[in-house]
Amino acid sequence: MQGMILDRVRALMSEGVATRVLGWETGEFPYDRTPKFFNESNLENLKYDSFCGCNLSKYLVNESEKVIALVKPCDSYSLTQLCTEHRVKRENVYALGVACRGKIDVNKIAALGIKGITDVEEDGDTLTVHTLYGDKQVARKDVLLNKCMSCKGKEHKNVDEVIGESEDTSSVERFDMVAELEAMTPDQRFAFWRNELSKCIRCNACRNVCPACTCVKCVFDNPNTGVQNKAAADDFEENMFHIIRAFHVAGRCTDCGECSRVCPQGIPLHLLNRKFIKDIDELYGDYVAGDEADQRHPLINFTKTDCEPSIVHQRGGDKG
Amino acid sequence: MKKLPISELNAFFARVAADQKLYLPVEQAGQVDFGCWTEDATVRLDALKTVKSAKGAFFPQVEDMLRFHTQGKNIDIQPTELMNEKFVIFGVRACDARAFELLDRVFMSEPQDPFYAARREHGTVVTLACGEPEASCFCTNFDIDPADPAGDVTAWLVGENYVLRANTEKGEALIADLADSDDDVSAKQAEIRAIAEKLPFANLNLNGFDGEHLMERFSDPKWAELSRACLGCGTCTFVCPTCQCYDIRDYDTGHGVQRYRCWDSCMYSDFTLMAHGTNRPTQVERFRQRFMHKLVYFPSNNEGIYGCVGCGRCVDKCPQSLNIVKVIKALGVKADD
Amino acid sequence: MTNGNIIPMLGVVTDIRTDTPDIKTFRVEALNGGKCFEHMPGQCAMLSIPGVGEAMFSITSSPTLKEYQEFSIKKCGCLTEWLHQMDVGQQVTIRGPYGKPFPVETELKGKDLLFIAGGVGLAPLHSVINYVLDKRENYGKVDIVYGSRSKDDLLDINEIQNSWMDPKNNLDVHLTIDRPQDGWDGHVAFVPTYVKELGFDPNKTVLVCGPPIMIKFVLQALTELGFEKTQIYTTMELRMKCGVGKCGRCNIGDKYVCKDGPVFRFDELGVLPSEY
Repeated sequence: MQGMILDRVRALMSEGVATRVLGWETGEFPYDRTPKFFNESNLENLKYDSFCGCNLSKYLVNESEKVIALVKPCDSYSLTQLCTEHRVKRENVYALGVACRGKIDVNKIAALGIKGITDVEEDGDTLTVHTLYGDKQVARKDVLLNKCMSCKGKEHKNVDEVIGESEDTSSVERFDMVAELEAMTPDQRFAFWRNELSKCIRCNACRNVCPACTCVKCVFDNPNTGVQNKAAADDFEENMFHIIRAFHVAGRCTDCGECSRVCPQGIPLHLLNRKFIKDIDELYGDYVAGDEADQRHPLINFTKTDCEPSIVHQRGGDKG
Repeated sequence: MKKLPISELNAFFARVAADQKLYLPVEQAGQVDFGCWTEDATVRLDALKTVKSAKGAFFPQVEDMLRFHTQGKNIDIQPTELMNEKFVIFGVRACDARAFELLDRVFMSEPQDPFYAARREHGTVVTLACGEPEASCFCTNFDIDPADPAGDVTAWLVGENYVLRANTEKGEALIADLADSDDDVSAKQAEIRAIAEKLPFANLNLNGFDGEHLMERFSDPKWAELSRACLGCGTCTFVCPTCQCYDIRDYDTGHGVQRYRCWDSCMYSDFTLMAHGTNRPTQVERFRQRFMHKLVYFPSNNEGIYGCVGCGRCVDKCPQSLNIVKVIKALGVKADD
Repeated sequence: MTNGNIIPMLGVVTDIRTDTPDIKTFRVEALNGGKCFEHMPGQCAMLSIPGVGEAMFSITSSPTLKEYQEFSIKKCGCLTEWLHQMDVGQQVTIRGPYGKPFPVETELKGKDLLFIAGGVGLAPLHSVINYVLDKRENYGKVDIVYGSRSKDDLLDINEIQNSWMDPKNNLDVHLTIDRPQDGWDGHVAFVPTYVKELGFDPNKTVLVCGPPIMIKFVLQALTELGFEKTQIYTTMELRMKCGVGKCGRCNIGDKYVCKDGPVFRFDELGVLPSEY
């Protein structure tokens, strides 16, 4: 796969499509990946394998020169959404779809109690984990990133070409956990979120990585808003930061899962976004952000069949 | 030396917690951080690294400084009471214990920070030797011994017992009622050191990171490429045991104004922002500041002691796998250069 | 002589003077009268209005003034906006003094002094100038080059014309504005150009303060005139929070501007990264 990609990128570069390519390079451990803009001189460092979970599309914001971007199927939704919002100029990107069979989450391997991981080798559906304390074997499907467990499908959207054949790696129903939360009593649900959100250290990684969070100046960074904050002064602020952020990306979030992937405290932030997606689907009909270029999402697109505000009451708003 | 069987650990914690607050690694929603001991807390002494370091015990993420009441043109100031109760922080690792010494150099140097000093005075630190160092650990580069951490008490897990050694009077008072032990920890120490020697980052080249080469390191053209993927989030800063920059902010409670300080990050765009602009306009300068401070500026002001303790949290937690090891490797100078 | 306390005391504003359309000078006294604390020229203090903000300001008045301290403040942000709207009698919180002063009692003593200021940059030098005038016998010849955007933006113009320019002070003031203006028959030029035109003897010790771009070109002009970096002092402004070298905000190289500065000699700045 990696060889095919490199060959194709070299060919595109020699055709004069672009002089740079946005991809991944290896970090300090064989399983670490850092986004990088490559040019001809360092292209040999480009790496594509099962550890390239990170979504590169946000790095294309503010790029004014044409660049070849490697996009996985799920990343292509973010890229499409960014183009729809005019945050990325589609003509400045040669979107090279790369096949994906699910990406591995090293944190999940560690969460199995495996310590001192120095390398992970892949052999079909089995991973051999090399550690300071001996080798261990784990099943690949057990340590996929959360976003891969509810994969968006193997199809790339709105890309210029695709290399290789992707797999749909879904193993859990996408809205299962949201439904579980909905079934809780308000007190239980509040306790669940307090338990998670009280771990938040306000590092802003979720916001900064989010391809839907591309405001030039975030409301939480703007001293003139009165809500600028670096540390939550109380529980209320701890909750509100994430809830407000989820509201801001509602209808635009492609469920790329980056927020949860980067959270140093493992807060399942994607569940807030998924709740909005589920609600939008239920209230306005199925909608997938980034599925097509230039679509208007239901929250900014009036139709006569839109639900009435009383829906809140009907759905049980008075119970909470 | 004293001995504490694992089976009696909880009873010991209960005794300690009876007359002072006890902080130790506690699991909450799948993550381990220092938290207050309660009978039903999930204590995780086996977790090598808490997500946040132990620095919060002495330098909390958010801390009230004073309260104001304003009436017309008049202001009333009520300072916040300083910490005046004893507490114990149990299970601190060697890297975090060294970090306290680095924080002391900042907060205890003249003029002393009263909030930090009060916490330091009232806190007793119990450290725990690192039985199973992680792949991302590199404390030995900074002359830290994971087999013999500092603190008021040092503890080792040997078989089914914790063996404890008091290093200070405070420490002695804490473990006075435990049974004496003639256990030898040297075998355990040798075992730990043998692992530490073989860690992937055990031999980083820190040559050229010092005050004398300040401008050379600062002007290195590699910073632009190194920082290219940086999200500008505060993860590395907030999980770091030695990052000590803070912000002072006011919060209107509706019944007055609470002035508090909170951890800040030089990675944030508003860190140096003034009404007329900022002196670090892009992420390249902000990224460079963080690492230059740890590897060059801090040692320049502190007899060559680095502002990094090699805990490896930034290695584990950076969303895009940027970290101080990468910087050291990229900018390091070969010894014969 | 710096104060390590990060907990402020209360002061009260006893006089407000409008200097220019966007600069006001505030007189601050302790609640029971007198100065809040002693300081030396070039030192700063943290002023704050609870709930609005806290920021570092140069103490504009000379330490030889015994009754009160003054701050000349330009309206440019949230806190300064608020300060400009307040009335006499308003209480503020104040802490300080912070930072290293100009070496008025050591290196500057006995020297011919040249002050160069642009706009509100006169504020930090104001304290030094008045200190020098009050101890006139300790210093040699004194020149001041002061420029602003327009004549209305010249800070302390009454004091300059009525007090500083008094012949008994034996001091030369060279005023300039950036562009010609009705009612101005003085010099028109940017400060660096004027400095070159005036062509000072390079045996003087220079104290310069103004916008960064002005400082940059003044430095070039002085170098052309034969001045060494060791003869030139300036004072820096960066974002500050604690004032005691701990919060990390004003860190440049291995220096903290609040503690190791704000007064620097240019040869000291030369070995620091140019992040200011």
